[in-house]
Amino acid sequence: MKILFGIMGLFILFEVTTLYQKKPLKQSMTDGEEIYQDFCIQCHLDTGEGVSGVFPPLAESDYLLNNIEMSIRGIKYGLSGPIEVNGEEYNGIMEEQGLENEEIADVMNYILNNWGNEFEEIITKEKVASINK
Amino acid sequence: MTKNFFAPLFIGVFFIISCISQENPPEVKTPDQSKFSTETLVDGIDIPWGMDFISENEILVTEKKGVLYRVSNGEKAKVSGLPEIYQRGQGGLMDIALHPDFKNNKVIYFTAAVHLEGEAGGNTALYCGELNGTSLSKLKLLYKGKPNTKKGQHWGSRIVFDDKGYLFFTIGDRGNRDLNPQDLKRDGGKIYRLNLDGTIPIDNPFANQEGALKAIYSYGHRNPQGMTIHPKTGEIWENEHGPKGGDEINIIHKGKNYGWPVITYGINYSGTSITEKRSMPGMEQPLYYWVPSIAPSGMAFSSSNVYKKCKGNLFVGSLKYKYLERLVIKRGKVIKREKILDDVGRVRNVKEGPDGYLYLGVEGKGVLKVVQR
Repeated sequence: MKILFGIMGLFILFEVTTLYQKKPLKQSMTDGEEIYQDFCIQCHLDTGEGVSGVFPPLAESDYLLNNIEMSIRGIKYGLSGPIEVNGEEYNGIMEEQGLENEEIADVMNYILNNWGNEFEEIITKEKVASINK
Repeated sequence: MTKNFFAPLFIGVFFIISCISQENPPEVKTPDQSKFSTETLVDGIDIPWGMDFISENEILVTEKKGVLYRVSNGEKAKVSGLPEIYQRGQGGLMDIALHPDFKNNKVIYFTAAVHLEGEAGGNTALYCGELNGTSLSKLKLLYKGKPNTKKGQHWGSRIVFDDKGYLFFTIGDRGNRDLNPQDLKRDGGKIYRLNLDGTIPIDNPFANQEGALKAIYSYGHRNPQGMTIHPKTGEIWENEHGPKGGDEINIIHKGKNYGWPVITYGINYSGTSITEKRSMPGMEQPLYYWVPSIAPSGMAFSSSNVYKKCKGNLFVGSLKYKYLERLVIKRGKVIKREKILDDVGRVRNVKEGPDGYLYLGVEGKGVLKVVQR
């Protein structure tokens, strides 16, 4: 009987840890900020305002908020060619940055919940992994 | 009544003047843009980081994501035999340079972000190899910055040769400005000098200093992405990305400290201060600094007569504002700045070809030849 409880206990512990393995949004955003400072800030600037006509804004960007998958794909595999952001056309190149899926999820969560942006869904590394070229 | 009317006007005028005066003089002028135009030498290259000329009709061009092209009469062919490139942030396959005696020995040099040993991440490495047609062989690692890091920034990198038989190349501070640039025991934030076979010259400035990395030639750099030899004096001229408002042109001298991050004219991207200090004894002042930053990458002097009134001028590419900048320099001072080819694209590299024309590596395009009308 004791052994049975023991096994049950272990099982519950296992379940709980797997459930909570999912990174909380706050932690993901903090990690994402570090990635942002490292890889994104040179072009998209400190508060995601970008440079008009050269680097598209991320703050209150209609392209970003309406094209989450395209945005993730852009970070993961690079993005080039003309896009329209907040009524302005951009035709630049964002190179693939060599980031891991979790890093991409973190930086997306940071961008999506900052500078006036709000997004309901938490981007997970699994979601990033599911996005193909 | 009049007082109330004029007060905002004065404030407005004052504001406008103070905004204008934030630009470090001389103010960049935008002359008639129809004077210069470009012809495409090769297209379809995302980030053409480095190039060198085999002949007037044949060039080698690197693409940052890890492709080396041999371009003959505008047709590009991929070169095989590169090492595995570590793509992360600003790093990838970077500069390329033909050995001064390439005609006879077929040796080329290139810099690349690589992950070779232990720790995660990567750092900038210098290689040489033998190029036959589109095949690279006898690959040799000449230098590798340490340690590896997953930071995405500041890999450098440019390669030049002086007329005394030395090779110089750059590694940026690798996103660790507090530790790397001022420490001679550490890689990053340095310009290095090697013999052409990769050995370290015995008279390198820190060759006898205990613990110092003996390949170092100068230090205190942030991210040097432009380097060229002055056609008359033979000096090494370098430009580097500063933080916000601190891009610099420097003349590189043996053993000197260029100050980063102890002194700088720039501030953090966030607008906060890095240091109040603009100068310090024992640290070099830049020949020029850009405020606002133009994000300079690649530069070349025009030493030929193919352009009118440009001989001796320095040409620098702006990644940020997508133009080519012409700088007139007199007695060690920049006296005139002009925008050439406004909106040409993000200029990654500038080189003078064997035909005396300037060639640009432009992102999303390829290599463009600058012609004057």
